[in-house]
Amino acid sequence: MNVTQILFWFLSVLALFSALMVVTSKNPVHSVLWLIVTFFAISGHYILLNAQFLAIVNVIVYAGAIMVLFLFVIMLMNLNKSTEPKKNKWLTLAGGVAGGCLLLVLVAALKNSEIKQQVAQVKEGDIGLIKNLGNELFSTYVVPFEISSILFLSAMVGAVVIGKKE
Amino acid sequence: MQNALHIAWLIPLFPLLGFLVNGLGRKYLSKPVIGVIGSGVILASFVMSIWVFMQVKNGNTHIAEYFNFINAAGLKIPFAFQLDQLSSLFLLIITGVGFLIHVYSVSYMHEEKAEHFGRYFSYLNLFVFSMLLLVMGANYVILFIGWEGVGLCSYLLIGYWFKNDEYNKAANKAFIMNRIGDLAFLIAIFWLIAKTGTVSFDVLFSMNGITKLSQADITIITLLLLAGATGKSAQIPLFTWLPDAMAGPTPVSALIHAATMVTAGIYMIARSNILYSLSPFTMHVVAIIGLATALLAATIALKQNDIKKVLAYSTVSQLGFMFLALGTGAYVAAVFHVMTHAFFKALLFLGSGSVIHAMGGEQDIRNMGGLSKKLRITYITFLIGCIAIAGIPPFSGFFSKDAILLSAFEDNKILYGVALFTALLTAFYMFRLLFITFSGKFRGTEEQEHHLHESPPAMTIPLVILALLSIIGGWIGIPEALMNGGDKITEFLSPVIPVATGEAVSHSTEYGLMALSTGLVLAAVLLAWLQFRNYQRREATGLGKVLENKWYVDELYEKVIVNPLRWMGGFLNSIIERRLIDAIVNGVGRAVNYSSRQLRLLQSGQVGSYILLMVLSILLVFVFQFFLRK
Amino acid sequence: MPVNYYIFLCLALFCIGIVGVLTRRNAIIIFMCIELMLNAVNLLLVAFSKMHHAANAAANATAGTDGQLFVFFIMVVAAAEVSVGLAIIVMMYRNIHSVDVNFLNRLKH
Repeated sequence: MNVTQILFWFLSVLALFSALMVVTSKNPVHSVLWLIVTFFAISGHYILLNAQFLAIVNVIVYAGAIMVLFLFVIMLMNLNKSTEPKKNKWLTLAGGVAGGCLLLVLVAALKNSEIKQQVAQVKEGDIGLIKNLGNELFSTYVVPFEISSILFLSAMVGAVVIGKKE
Repeated sequence: MQNALHIAWLIPLFPLLGFLVNGLGRKYLSKPVIGVIGSGVILASFVMSIWVFMQVKNGNTHIAEYFNFINAAGLKIPFAFQLDQLSSLFLLIITGVGFLIHVYSVSYMHEEKAEHFGRYFSYLNLFVFSMLLLVMGANYVILFIGWEGVGLCSYLLIGYWFKNDEYNKAANKAFIMNRIGDLAFLIAIFWLIAKTGTVSFDVLFSMNGITKLSQADITIITLLLLAGATGKSAQIPLFTWLPDAMAGPTPVSALIHAATMVTAGIYMIARSNILYSLSPFTMHVVAIIGLATALLAATIALKQNDIKKVLAYSTVSQLGFMFLALGTGAYVAAVFHVMTHAFFKALLFLGSGSVIHAMGGEQDIRNMGGLSKKLRITYITFLIGCIAIAGIPPFSGFFSKDAILLSAFEDNKILYGVALFTALLTAFYMFRLLFITFSGKFRGTEEQEHHLHESPPAMTIPLVILALLSIIGGWIGIPEALMNGGDKITEFLSPVIPVATGEAVSHSTEYGLMALSTGLVLAAVLLAWLQFRNYQRREATGLGKVLENKWYVDELYEKVIVNPLRWMGGFLNSIIERRLIDAIVNGVGRAVNYSSRQLRLLQSGQVGSYILLMVLSILLVFVFQFFLRK
Repeated sequence: MPVNYYIFLCLALFCIGIVGVLTRRNAIIIFMCIELMLNAVNLLLVAFSKMHHAANAAANATAGTDGQLFVFFIMVVAAAEVSVGLAIIVMMYRNIHSVDVNFLNRLKH
């Protein structure tokens, strides 16, 4: 078991565990913090896959900006202690069973698929580098890129309009 | 254009055009225009028919195929007209008598509103069109179209005064009774198609067609055709509609009884004579049905008091005679009688119409009497009609009835005896009608007496023409015994109806029979004169009452057929329909209602449950996609 | 690494996200679970892109770039979504003083 594999398993376990903690934490603030851990674990996976650009963007955008926004909203609403009322036990159970079944079905379906032999390149390959991605982004995908800026603009306007007091 | 046979399609086309113009333009045309169009188209057809008749008389027959009416999987039914001796003779009768009735109608119906006037004439034209189609059709299917057409038109015309419920019921009765017969006819056609693959007369009646049919086939087909004919031609057991058909205007009755409709059955059997000749059993059935109908109707007619009802039963009786002739193989005699009957029955009906017109709608002969002084022309023509129907020489009825009686005599002595007795009854009830109506004292109200008047020329002229025809119409069929070569009609029809080659009775026997029937008929007339010269009203008792109520046949049908049917209908309605079908239908609705009420609870508004359902659905899709799909 | 491992890891993360959405009532937590699901998909996309690259690098030097660019665009959309979504949650809190989605049963009416 080489270093790459050790890292893979470590990051996987970390991601799954922190994701579970996100779901099970009573306190929303704890959930946010566990989610940040999850995102870091996923960024670790990105680095392992040599997708350095995405790893950095993930940390900056998700773990940084978006999570701060979440935290900010939670603080604003003063939801830091567990205020969630007791939920219907049966509905909770049903949700858990449904999610479990979905996982079971998908795993069972994909367990023996022919994609099994394929290997994802780790530690090598340079498509994840910012140079290559930038080339591609500003040549082939330049129009969607520009359109996404309009999306941002409209999202900003929308957020302002919604958040404004009457 | 040299040969009229090639433009024979104009004959039915004219009445069809008249029907369309009068029917569509009835709100815009004035009454004189409608009358001229309605009668004119029939006159045009009549002229064409004479032309065709002349051609046919010279020996030209023609089958004109216009297009394929049905062409499916080996079955080819052309839309074709057959112009031969039989159909051209019928064309003359239909258009000739039909024209006179149209002219008469213009005057008779003059009180109707223009719109209804147009409706009336369009129906009349359609009626004539259907009948022409019937006799000109070169196969059973075209014949059947006309057959259904006359059934429809009789329904429309009997129920012409549709605001009267009784009349509508009479129209329904006529239609339904006809439908029963039509069903049998239709089955016969299907049977023919199944066995021979063709319905065309020329193929069917050649050796080619006949040999494909076994003896049993022929018997069944002819019996089914006979059942169809009993419906149209008002024979036992389907005769009760015809007397009720009196609900229509009197000229319509004349048209139904004389020129169209009831003769359809006779025509059809005469047309199929080759098939019938091959089935002796059916021939016996035809003869017995005909004779029984003739006798039954004649006895009923003895006691009827409605002037049109008497005539109606006499028609049924005369049709019975024609069936007797068909059944004894004397097809020519039957056709001959159709012709003479068309003349004198149209005359009698139109005469009765004239009487009813004069009496202001009164139809009960007990309220008449002594009309001979006021209605001179009507009286004389009516008298001629009565003499003709009674069969007194040299009027037309004598010759045709004599031919029938003779053929019955050759066939079976018992048939002859009963037929002769019926002929006597005919003479008796017709002269009873004549004497009660026209002699003695007037028994109606003052107002009616004051109103009495002779009908206008448009009504009397057809009467005179028909009276003339009733006198001379029989002279084309003078028996061989009286005049050598006098029997022109047999000779004329011989290409279509083969002359029987059986042993003819000797001329001396024929003279004897003629003298016997004439003498007895005269005696019957005398008896009627003695009894009804000065008629006084009195209640009928005993057998008379049974006869007055038409042997209770209607009541019997009501009890035996109509009531069980109605009971079954009620049963189906209340049990099957309500309990079963309605329960299923309502049950479906109720189940949907209930289940949707339950399903509605899913619509809780809780986002969580929606998402849960969504996930479960995705799960199902995956399971189906990955594991269940092959 | 065999791509299978990534598939199962991502499936597990995704299903954890779904379970979170189904079992929690706090709108913010539900939102976070949605982000978690998005990230699971992102990771899978990157893994597939690398798999594709490994298989086709000889023919095409930039094979698999599209997958990573897709991830990039998903992040863009997610960021926009978060900004609008949080604004909605804030407004909801302002109106009903709660972020419990069970109070939001107006859809029923």
